[in-house]
Parts: sequence; structure tokens; C-alpha cells
Amino acid sequence: MREIHVNQITETIKQLCMDANYYLSEDIKNRFNEYKEKETSKLGKEILDILIENSKIAENEKMPMCQDTGMAVVFLEIGQDVHITGGNLEDAINEGVRQGYTEGYLRKSVVRDPLDRINTKDNTPAIIHYQIVPGDKIKITVAPKGFGSENMSKLKMLKPADGVEGVKRFVLETVKEAGPNPCPPIIVGVGIGGTFEKSAYLAKKALLRKIDKRNENPFYAKLEEELLDEINKLGIGPQGFGGLTTCLGVNIEVFATHIAGLPVAVNINCHATRHKEAII
Amino acid sequence: MQKRITTPLTIEKVEELKAGDSVLLTGYIYTARDAAHKRLVELLEKGEDLPFDIENQIIYYVGPTPAKEGMPIGSAGPTTSYRMDPYTPKLLDKGLKGMIGKGKRSDEVVESMKKNKAIYFAAIGGAAALTAKCVKSSELIAYEDLGAEAIRRLYVEDLPLIVVIDSNGNNYYSIGQEEYKNSLK
Ligand code: SF4
Repeated sequence: MREIHVNQITETIKQLCMDANYYLSEDIKNRFNEYKEKETSKLGKEILDILIENSKIAENEKMPMCQDTGMAVVFLEIGQDVHITGGNLEDAINEGVRQGYTEGYLRKSVVRDPLDRINTKDNTPAIIHYQIVPGDKIKITVAPKGFGSENMSKLKMLKPADGVEGVKRFVLETVKEAGPNPCPPIIVGVGIGGTFEKSAYLAKKALLRKIDKRNENPFYAKLEEELLDEINKLGIGPQGFGGLTTCLGVNIEVFATHIAGLPVAVNINCHATRHKEAII
Repeated sequence: MQKRITTPLTIEKVEELKAGDSVLLTGYIYTARDAAHKRLVELLEKGEDLPFDIENQIIYYVGPTPAKEGMPIGSAGPTTSYRMDPYTPKLLDKGLKGMIGKGKRSDEVVESMKKNKAIYFAAIGGAAALTAKCVKSSELIAYEDLGAEAIRRLYVEDLPLIVVIDSNGNNYYSIGQEEYKNSLK
């Protein structure tokens, strides 16, 4: 049994909240550059330039790349041979978010109740997903999620007969309807299978994978590429002003499902797709 | 070509602007988003005065991150505009001439913009660190309790914007996407 003190968890999460908001990851920067070469819309190219410049300013000045520093979504993969000491794990996670958002000059965007809408003023509580895995380590991922793109996400219970064509249609419909709202170029996470809530979780999880890494299953790897291609034929373009670069990457995650169902969730994320991880 | 525009946004300036124009904006603008809009419209419904004179002004839909010491503002990109749609026509009727945000607007807003001769600009969504560089000063005007959602008066210099919907109702989201698709033929 390896012991890990909650303070170490708090400290790690605090740092990850800040880093995720300041530093755009390399896979996205690389895609910006690739698409800048391919983009034929003049305004589209200019916008990609502005977004590249924005990520540099954010990095150099340790400033959030986007003002919507999101709701903190925290994934914990906890090794089953770990014993957490020194306090309550959930409190430790929220304390990390509180410190990260306060000390890192990040925006506090969380209301305590969806209907009375009083701001908690420290961006807590976080959305926490726990998973117990073999081993004696904890892997922590912090993925701040902006709501311009979150609001454009959708879930649908398709019929098994709808098949892969039905899945594609639903993804394309969702992206088309979102149009300029989620700050294209976007990144699309798709969850297929499981139950109602599992598909949404898979879609969110899909967004944690680097966009230059394809699904391990060749069938879904190909589907990811096809969807990216078809989304970029919609013509929405950077910020919705027309162009090739509507989407930088599509990631799909799948799970077994029921004989009667085909749940599909589409989680839209923007170019400010943020996630940083650490293993303790 | 980029057009340079200063506030206040008089009717002559409005009429010069066409959907698709790139604009560099200089002058005072006001920030307001969901919660502040709700309060402004509640004031109007009660027949009370707004906390600032809205005539010929521009509202920027933004909730910035906190400013570091010595800086006027933190990161400050636009938020999605459609959430303000239910309130917007009432403000346009009061003399509001420009809005800065991102994304689509409702038919009611577009109709009211045509009637009142107003402009809807887009700032680059997600380019919030870069946008912050254009903000030279920030002053709290109302609703401090709303934190990031409070109303502030910002002085901006050469803020890069794109005219999405002009005062004739032309919409550059449709026009730009059409033009792109035609360019492929
Ligand atoms: S959709 Fe993304 S880039 Fe746009 S404002 Fe929200 S978090 Fe920022």
C-alpha cells in the first residue's frame, strides 16, 4: 500500500488548472499551422494567425488563452494499491481548483445552483470522474471546459438500424447547427455506445486524447478521419466566416451497448481545448 | 481593407459599415453579459434610468478574467451572443447602436437592428489574451456583486472586429460561407 497525502493532490490540481489555461498543447498548435497552409479563405487564414498569436501571448505572459476558463473537469485514475491520507479526497480536489483559479487569475464561472444562479466565487465545485485502476499511482487530468462549446453539444439515442450512417449524420447535424457559436475551429469528441450517461462520459473522455492520435481500432480510426473530412466540407470555417478549417480533429470513444440501443453523444470543444495531466 | 471606427457610434458611422468589413475600434465601450442584461431590462420595465447613457454606445458581451496587478483587465474575448437575444431589442429601442460578441442572433434581434439602425460585430472568439492587449483602461460602472459579469467601461484601442450583421440586416456568416463554397466550384 502506497500512501499519498491529500495535500499533494491539492497542490497538483492547483498547478494543472493554471497550466491548462495558459499553455495550449502542441498537437493543437501543430494543427493550427497545418491548416493555415491549407486554408483558402483569406479571412480564415488571418483568424488562424490571430489564434496562433493569441496562444503565444498567453504562454509568454502566463495569461489565460481564453476568458472562459471553464468549469474544472477532473479525471482521477486511482491505483488500487494507493491509500489516500490526511483528509477527504473530494475536498482536496476542490481545494486545488479553488487555489488554482484564485492564484492563477482565472475566471470564476460556477453558480451553486442551476436555477438560483449564485456564483460560488471560487469556481468550485469541480466535476469529478473517478476510476479505480491497477497500480500504486494516481493519474490526474484537469480539463477546464468552456461553455460556448459545451452548450452546442448533443446526445441522441439512435436506433441500431441507423448504423454508422446515422452516427455520421448526427455528428454533422450537431456541428452544422452549432455554426459559429463554439468559436470554430472546433474539436469534436464522440461517444458511441454504453448507456445514456456512459455515451456522454465517453464523448468527454474522447476530448482528452491528443488530436494527432487516432482510435486504436482501425474501423473507428477511419471513421474519425472521415468525419473530420466531412465536417471540413461544411464550409463553416474559422469563426464561421467561411473556409476549410471548421474542425481540427475528431476523437471517438466506444463501449459495448444494449441490443436495443445506439446512444451517441457529441461533445463540442473549441480550439481552446485544454487538458493537462500529472502522475503522482 | 480595415476601417478605423471610433465611439460613440453615430448613425453616419453605422451607415458606412457593411457586413464583412474588418474594423479597428477605438474609444469607450461597455461590458455586459447575461446577468447584467437581465438587470438592465428590469430597470427599463420599471421605467427607471440605466446606470449609463446607452445612446449611440456599444456593448461588448464579455466576462473577463481577473486583472493582474498593474493591468486594466485580464483575458477578454467575446461570449456567445444568442443568450442576450431576449433582452437586446429593448436596449436597441433605447438607443444602443452596436454589439460585440460571437455567433448567431435571433430574427427578432436582426429586425430590431434594421429598425434602429445598429451593428453587430464579432470579436475573435477565444483570442482573449490578444484582445486584452487592446484594452487600455477599465472602470466599474455597476453591479460589482456580479464579479466577472459586472458592467465596466473600457477604453479600447484598435480592437480588431468583423462586421457580422449590418444595419440593413446583411449577415456575413451566411455571405462568407456562401462565398467560400462558390470559390470551390
Ligand atoms: S467556446 Fe472556447 S474559445 Fe470560445 S469563448 Fe468559450 S472557451 Fe473560449
